[in-house]
Amino acid sequence: MGGEKTVIICRCNDVTLDDVLTAIHEGIDDFELLRKYLKIGFGPCQGRSCIMIAARIFAKEKGLSIEDVLRNYRIRPPIIPVSSKYFIHGDNS
Amino acid sequence: MFDFEGVPVEAYEGESVAVALYALGVDVFSWSHKLKRPRGPFCMIGKCSNCFMSINGLPNVKSCRIPVKDGLKVERQRGWVAPEAIHLMDKHSEIVELNPDLLIIGGGPAGLEAALTASNYGLNVVLVDEHFKLGGQLLKQTHKFFGNVELFGGMRGFQIAEEYSRKISELRNVQVLTNTVVYGVFRGGVVGAINESKHYIIKPRAVIAATGAQERYLDFQNNDLPGVIGAGGAQTIMNEFGVKPGEKSIVIGSGNVGLIISYQLLQSGVEVKGVVEILSEIGGWFVHAAKIRRYGVPVFTRHALKYVEGNPRVQKAVVAAVDDKLNFVPGSEKEFDVDLVLLAVGLEPDARLHAQAGAVMKYIPELGGLVPIRTRDLETTVVNMYVAGDSSGIEEATTAILEGKIAALSIVSKLCDGSRAENASSTLEKTLRFLWDEYRSSPLLTRARRGKEQATVPREELEDFRKKFPSPISFG
Repeated sequence: MGGEKTVIICRCNDVTLDDVLTAIHEGIDDFELLRKYLKIGFGPCQGRSCIMIAARIFAKEKGLSIEDVLRNYRIRPPIIPVSSKYFIHGDNS
Repeated sequence: MFDFEGVPVEAYEGESVAVALYALGVDVFSWSHKLKRPRGPFCMIGKCSNCFMSINGLPNVKSCRIPVKDGLKVERQRGWVAPEAIHLMDKHSEIVELNPDLLIIGGGPAGLEAALTASNYGLNVVLVDEHFKLGGQLLKQTHKFFGNVELFGGMRGFQIAEEYSRKISELRNVQVLTNTVVYGVFRGGVVGAINESKHYIIKPRAVIAATGAQERYLDFQNNDLPGVIGAGGAQTIMNEFGVKPGEKSIVIGSGNVGLIISYQLLQSGVEVKGVVEILSEIGGWFVHAAKIRRYGVPVFTRHALKYVEGNPRVQKAVVAAVDDKLNFVPGSEKEFDVDLVLLAVGLEPDARLHAQAGAVMKYIPELGGLVPIRTRDLETTVVNMYVAGDSSGIEEATTAILEGKIAALSIVSKLCDGSRAENASSTLEKTLRFLWDEYRSSPLLTRARRGKEQATVPREELEDFRKKFPSPISFG
């Protein structure tokens, strides 16, 4: 169950506060790297719950402003999960 | 009548699967895929992933967005679930191409007013919304609006939604696509949207993305336990669908949302053990605070939620005092026996579509987060892509209506010519003056006004941004 004291940062991908702090203390010094390493915001909600919490923690740990942390944050399509069936068109493509 | 893990469930027509199960007393909607932690619904408006269930063999379906229907097969996911092969093989999604003058994404107050305005000037409009009902968050607003009658003063939010829906259903030049989700914006000004059976390829001349906001989440121990719900999520359960969200509650955050939800909980017979506020003063308006004070609900200022416990649903919440640096004061813990913890810690604009399209974004704390830079008439740095309502920065429903109108009038004055364009331009100027010089001059809106000022740039500055950070996408 991830322990009694678990604080969940990213619900989609079950990333915990411990995961985030461990990664930062292990030397991850870039927010985009942290996101890719832990898959924060890569789940079905595409970061709608977790990005700002993760950014705030990262900013605090690194002594940065939220703006600096989010500078290279990009949003790519699809912005919601889409079934692959919409892109498979065997007979008319 | 639908099937929940082999048990037939009777539900009211127009309910979502999530609400029907919640009313039945189902606490756990899934067990998370890695840590197998129990999860229950949180936002109830399709923004988060907490109410995911397996529906007709397709996993990770937002059960809050699926209307109940005879024959649905609903199951809880225990860890990671692969979709049944049928869903990977299903090729029967019809492609539909649409070429409207204006595409509006989001059928809340901003989108509805924009659709009505643009339609009045003769534009062909496509209005897309994720939910199966138009109205956005007006649907859960049961309190009366302030202000003058033209702006729905004296009416309740859900009545405003009904009135808009009725008017729009009578319009021949507005095509409404509910239960339809926009998944992205692409080169050549193409917008992709899907619903259950169709894939829409939309090429509009202009776009207004009025995609609203999502509720902020908080980091505390066991923050994902079922029973920890967004205040807005609870309002959806309680006000939109008439289901009691719990028995004993505690509300985190004393802004207007926290105060109003506390009052609504009391009205529905839910005990409110307290409202917790991390700052030293109540955040919301006095008129709302007075209501809950009359019921004797304590407000714990300078306190924060430390952890919650329970299995599988919240049974206990522990709150503690905080010092000047917002650290917990040892020994100040207070325990509350509750089955509902409501997070009313603010909203965050959902402007992901603008960001994805390459609009220049700015982080503005007064507006709740990242919002697109825009002109006074709400055009972003993506040519002919507009923003309106909460996705332009958190404010409230009346300003969302005004922003929807402004964006639509600006588009009309560009796309039409002759007297229609002139008429739209002069109405636009009037509406802008009313919004900035009258409505937003209320001291209650000072913070939001300051935020919106920071996000608004003169047209020349917008052009400079466009040159410096060109977007690969444009409309028109």
